[in-house]
Amino acid sequence: MIRYILRRLLQVIPVLLGTTFLIYYMVFAMPGDPLLTLFGDKTPNPALLEQLRAQYHLDQPFIVQYLLYLGGALRGDFGTSYSGQAVSEILARTFPVTLRLAVIAVVLELVLAVVIGLVSGLRKGKFFDNINLIISLVLLSVPIFVLAFLAQYFIGIKLGWARPTVSGSAPWSELLLPGIVLALSLYATSMRLTRASVITTMNQDFVRTAYSKGLPRRRVIPVHVLRNSLIPTITNVGTDFGVLMVGATVTEGIFNVPGVGNAVFQAIRHSQGPTVVSFVTVMVLIYVFVNLGVDLLYALLDPRIRYE
Amino acid sequence: MKFTRITAGVAVVAASALVLTGCAGGSAASSSAPVGNPAAIITTNGSEPQNPLIPTNTNETGGGKIIDNLFAGLIYYDATGKPVNDVAESITAEDAAHYTIKIKPGLKFTNGEEVTSKNFVDAWNYGAALDNAQLNSYFFEDIEGFSYDKNVAKLPGLVIVDDQTFTVTLSHDASDFPLRLGYSAFYPLPSVAFDDLKAFGQNPIGNGPYKLASDTAWQHDVQIDLVKNDDYTGGRQAKNGGVTIKFYQDENAAYSDLLANNVDVIDNIPATSLSSFESDLGDRAVNQPAAIFQSFTIPARLAHFGNDEEGKLRRQALSLSINREQITDVIFNGTRTPASDFTSPVIDGWSDSLAGADVLGYDADKAKDLWAQADAISPWSGTFKIAYNSDGGHKEWVDAVINSIKNTLGIDAEGDAFATFADIRTKITDRTIDEAFRTGWQADYPGLYNFLGPLYATNAGSNDGDYSSAEFDAALKSGISTTDTAAATADFQKAQEILLTDLPAIPLWYSNVTGGFSENVQNVQFGWNSVPLYYEITKQ
Repeated sequence: MIRYILRRLLQVIPVLLGTTFLIYYMVFAMPGDPLLTLFGDKTPNPALLEQLRAQYHLDQPFIVQYLLYLGGALRGDFGTSYSGQAVSEILARTFPVTLRLAVIAVVLELVLAVVIGLVSGLRKGKFFDNINLIISLVLLSVPIFVLAFLAQYFIGIKLGWARPTVSGSAPWSELLLPGIVLALSLYATSMRLTRASVITTMNQDFVRTAYSKGLPRRRVIPVHVLRNSLIPTITNVGTDFGVLMVGATVTEGIFNVPGVGNAVFQAIRHSQGPTVVSFVTVMVLIYVFVNLGVDLLYALLDPRIRYE
Repeated sequence: MKFTRITAGVAVVAASALVLTGCAGGSAASSSAPVGNPAAIITTNGSEPQNPLIPTNTNETGGGKIIDNLFAGLIYYDATGKPVNDVAESITAEDAAHYTIKIKPGLKFTNGEEVTSKNFVDAWNYGAALDNAQLNSYFFEDIEGFSYDKNVAKLPGLVIVDDQTFTVTLSHDASDFPLRLGYSAFYPLPSVAFDDLKAFGQNPIGNGPYKLASDTAWQHDVQIDLVKNDDYTGGRQAKNGGVTIKFYQDENAAYSDLLANNVDVIDNIPATSLSSFESDLGDRAVNQPAAIFQSFTIPARLAHFGNDEEGKLRRQALSLSINREQITDVIFNGTRTPASDFTSPVIDGWSDSLAGADVLGYDADKAKDLWAQADAISPWSGTFKIAYNSDGGHKEWVDAVINSIKNTLGIDAEGDAFATFADIRTKITDRTIDEAFRTGWQADYPGLYNFLGPLYATNAGSNDGDYSSAEFDAALKSGISTTDTAAATADFQKAQEILLTDLPAIPLWYSNVTGGFSENVQNVQFGWNSVPLYYEITKQ
């Protein structure tokens, strides 16, 4: 088990080098000179442009820029944005906000998906199941920004039950509305996975065995059926968590959440290579760890799975 | 960068012909002005400054609206764009190249330092020096000694006479120099700034109507808190307790907050709400012309579009074939105003009756006729293209203009989308673009020359179409050399009449400022530069 974890962690190194290189290259290869955008429609004097270029190392060849960045990053210096903030500060400020939002969304998603999926699976073909499938189909087909705008307009503006946008400190209570929107948009897939899995498990031999041993339903369902049905749901929710942690850009934009998605979007818009790459590095790390966590959970849920 | 956004077009749109008459005035400031709570904090929208908050390095509106409230320059512009002395006691011109500036005694920065002539001269020298690579350095171009070739630490054209007096010598005539002095590049800096400009940029100390609420007032990407500076004695004294500028990533979020009375004033209505905001907000909606001029430029190096008779005929034909009224109405919901010159209605000296301005009207028959005359000189072939950046919301109007041209002239025409603003600006700057392209100009200061000199003078910095006309240059020079404002205006109008025949750029329309305010505030006026005059706003 320990060796397995170590092996997985070692794999992170080449992945990180590869992704930072690729992302840095892609930002570098974006057409046009990012410095010109600093002047809007005005054309700056060429001499001034040269000065600025030297200041941001943009006059160096790509590989030198990348190595300069990498060298700094290894010493813990991720560079500064054009507005003079350390990129590490931006990271430290935005990730906790996004983490809070992701936790709200994922916890809601998991609870809703497991409870409703289980009930639906056990009552396959009944009224509740059919209604539930229709609702989830609707949720699946509505784009997230529609959901977000509707929630913002009706709950935030018309009813005034919540603030339409999140304030600067982004407390848990204000993140609830965007969290619910995210959870609803993710919920349908996880619920359907749980439901399908519950239906399959109910037909398994060990469930029949459990019943024939005389175990009561209240023990068979949670211990034998649910636990064995959770693997696809956990995988899906785990991936969702990873996706949310790298920024729900659209939802964050609509509710003005000062999180990762917005920060990356702004950085890409302004071709700020170091900022983009630093964010991507952290995102890759989060992805790797979330996936590792999900894989380890499998062993807990299903004793037949062992890691060597 | 909201500045890019405006110019790149994502956004600041606004006003309508309706408001033209009262354009410079405000919205709510009329009859019974209620007195507000002097401690109330006004909230407004903004965007994270792109650069540290140093006046000479701030050239976009996100940082600009903060800097303008933290600092007081020699003059400020009132709502109509008229200059009013702020720190200056007097600005005297000996001629169009020599100025003596006297400043009021006893004014202080918020750290207690007295504002003297040295604070101005040091700040300007810093802004002008090549090594410092300040984005606003071009504002000092005209001062004697300025150079793009080598670093000049002290401009010989700036001389301190005493604590309250300094003189400015320009390397050539620029009679509108005093008018430029309200722009942020010319603000003074306290001496402490030069100890560590990097730290200063995060936590600036100014002399303006507001100051930072605390050392941590600037919460990056979130908001910045300004409070009233009680020591400020100029004409912009705040009638409220402070301003909190919230940084929105998405203008829709700001608009939602306004509808919920969660933010007091916004100066940018999202494109998706342009058709509804005037009914949503009623008399709390603002839609008035702004100092933003939109056009497309046909470079003189294109075949058939040279600085000759054929080029002129084709440009005029194209201009006459565009139905500006219809496009501003249908595409922009009346939040742009069809152009009648090369400047903007908020600028003193703007005119809608210049000789030759009828070339900006829609006249299909005349357009066809002129195009045929050009064909007689040299027959047209190929496709007429207008390049634009697709990250700026330009597709709709470019398509409309192209259709208008196609239908009128019966030629092949199409829009050519570039992926990013950086991409199109790079190809325009290095002259590799071989088609017409969209251009825009947002004024730095409210003067006619600012719309003309940098754009169309021979070899000027932003003369992206390489236009050159000795006649135009002469008219421009005559205007900038006389200190008689009326004579200067006449010269600039004459210069524009030359442009109206040559059409180096085809004027399209002026962007309006669109905005609105909540039920909690009164006395909301927008300045000439589309930013609300926060110091005038009252809140209960």
